[in-house]
Amino acid sequence: MIELIDTALLLIMVATALGFVFIRNLFAIVMLSGIFSLTAAVLYVVMDAVDVAFTEAAVGAGIATVLGLVALSLTGRPDEAPSKRSNIGPFLVTMLTGAVLINATFDMPNYGDPEAPAHQHVAPRYIQQSGDEIGVPNIVTSVLASYRGYDTLGEVVVIFTAAVGVLALLGRRRRATAESRRGAGSAVEGMTGKSILRVTTKLLIPSIMLFGLYVQFHGDYGPGGGFQAGVIFAAAIIVYALLFGTHRARRVISPGIVRFVLAFGVLLYAGVGVAGLLLGGNYLDYNVLAHDPVHGQHLGILLIEFGVGATVAAAMITIFLTFAGHDRPMEE
Amino acid sequence: MAVIADIVTFLCLVGGIASMLIGSYGLLKLPDLFSRMHAAGMVDTLGLGLIVVGLIVQAGISLVSFKLFLIIVFVLYTGPAVTHALAQAALNAGVKPLLSDDERQDGS
Amino acid sequence: MEFPGVLNYWASIVLMMIGFYVVIAQGNLVKKIFGLNVFQVSVFLFYISMSKVDGGAAPILDDRYQIYSNPLPHVLILTAIVVGVATMSLGLALIVRIRDAYGTIEEEEIERQEAEMP
Repeated sequence: MIELIDTALLLIMVATALGFVFIRNLFAIVMLSGIFSLTAAVLYVVMDAVDVAFTEAAVGAGIATVLGLVALSLTGRPDEAPSKRSNIGPFLVTMLTGAVLINATFDMPNYGDPEAPAHQHVAPRYIQQSGDEIGVPNIVTSVLASYRGYDTLGEVVVIFTAAVGVLALLGRRRRATAESRRGAGSAVEGMTGKSILRVTTKLLIPSIMLFGLYVQFHGDYGPGGGFQAGVIFAAAIIVYALLFGTHRARRVISPGIVRFVLAFGVLLYAGVGVAGLLLGGNYLDYNVLAHDPVHGQHLGILLIEFGVGATVAAAMITIFLTFAGHDRPMEE
Repeated sequence: MAVIADIVTFLCLVGGIASMLIGSYGLLKLPDLFSRMHAAGMVDTLGLGLIVVGLIVQAGISLVSFKLFLIIVFVLYTGPAVTHALAQAALNAGVKPLLSDDERQDGS
Repeated sequence: MEFPGVLNYWASIVLMMIGFYVVIAQGNLVKKIFGLNVFQVSVFLFYISMSKVDGGAAPILDDRYQIYSNPLPHVLILTAIVVGVATMSLGLALIVRIRDAYGTIEEEEIERQEAEMP
C-alpha cells in the first residue's frame, strides 16, 4: 500500500517538474518550486526520513520561496522571453545522460532491501552503539553533532561564507538621507494600512520564535536540531520585515548584532573543539568536556547545536535583509 | 470502544478527503479568482480540520493529540489572514471580481 | 502488481534530467537557478531512497522498534539542504548584480551585449 503513496507522490513531482520546463511566468516558477519542495518533504516522511523532511519543508518551501520572490522583485521582469535558439542539442544530451544513468540503476539493490551495502558497515555501529556512547535518542542528531562533527563544522562555515558573500555583493553603505529613512525605493517596503494582516501576524511572531526554540532544544529527542531551528527563527524575523518594512526591521534587529551572532555561532562551534583540545582530548572530542563521557557528549551536542542554530538564523536574516534593502531598479 | 474510535476516524477521514477533492474541483472549475479563493480557503480548511480530528480520535488523550490540535488552531488562525492578503493583493493589482451582471463570454 | 524495486531511482533520474534540461536549455537566469534546485531535490530523493529499510522505523531510538532506517544519508542530506539554500541565495545575489550591470537577465541578451562591447 505504501508503494501507491510513493508512486502518486512521485507522479505529482514529475508533473510539477515538467511545469518548470514549459511555464514562462517566473512568479509561477517560484511557486512551483515551493510546491515541489513540499511534495518532496511529504515523500521523505513516507521514506522514514523525518529530520530531512522537516528541514526540506522549512527551507525549501519556506525560505527559498521568499528569497526567490524578493529576487524577482529586484530583477523586474516577471516573464521569461521566448528563446530563439534550438533546443535539440540540450535535449539529446539530456536523453543520453538519462539513458546512461538508468542503465546504471540495474545494478542497484532494490528499494528497501536490508542487505544493501549502504546498511552494512558504519550504519549498524551507529544505530547500536549511539545509545550507550552518547545517550541521545535521535540518532541523526548524534551522528550529525558528534560522530560526524567535522563535516557539520565545515558546513556551518559554508553557510557563514554564503551570508558574507551576499553582503559583499549586495550590501552597500547607505547615506542616511531622508528618502532612505522613509524607506522609499527599497525592495520590501512594508504594508502600511493593512491592519488585519499586521495584527494577526504580530500575534503569531512570538509563537514562531517559541517554536523555533522548542525545535532547537528538542532536537535530541525528536526531529529537530540547529538547522531547522535557525530557519524557523529567521522566518519570524522575515515575516516582521515583510509586514513592517526593512527599515523598521533594521531598527528592531540591528544588522550589527546579527552579524556578530553570525560569527559567534561559528566561533562557538570551533571553540568547543578547542576546549576539547585544552582538556586533554582530541579536537571536537566531547568525552572530556564533563565529569563522565555521556554527560560530556550531551554538553558538547547542546553547545554546538546552539552554535549551528545561531549561525543559520543570522545567515538567513542577513541574506533576506540584504536582498530587501537593495534598491529597486528603475522601471524601464 | 476502539471500534467506535475506528468508525469515527474512518468517517472523519472520508469526509475530509471528500472535502479536499471537492475543493480541488472547485479550484479548477470556478470562473474567477475570488470564487476560486472560496474553494481553496474554506473547503480545504474544512477538509484539513476533519482529517486532523480523525487523527486526534485515533491518538487518544496524549501529547500527540495536543500537537495535532495546535495544528488545527494555527491553520484556522492563519488561513483567513492569508486569504485576505491574497484578495487585497489581487484588488491592488487590478483584478476585478466577475459579477453576475457582467457579460459572460462562454455562456453559464 | 509488482512494483519494480528500482522505481524510486528511475523517478529521481527523470527529475534530475528535467532539472538538468532546464539548466542547460533555458535562457533566463532565474529559471536556471530554480532548475538547479529541482536537480538538487532529485539528488536528495535518490540518497534518501537508498537509506530506507523495509519494516524500519525513523531513526529515533525507541524501545518499541528493533529495525531502523539508515541514519547516515539523512545526515548528509540535512546538511546538503541548508547549504543548497545558502548557495542558491548567493546565486540570486549574483543575478541581481548582473541585472544592475546589464539591465537584463536573459542569457542571450547578455551574450549579445558582451559581443557588442569594444
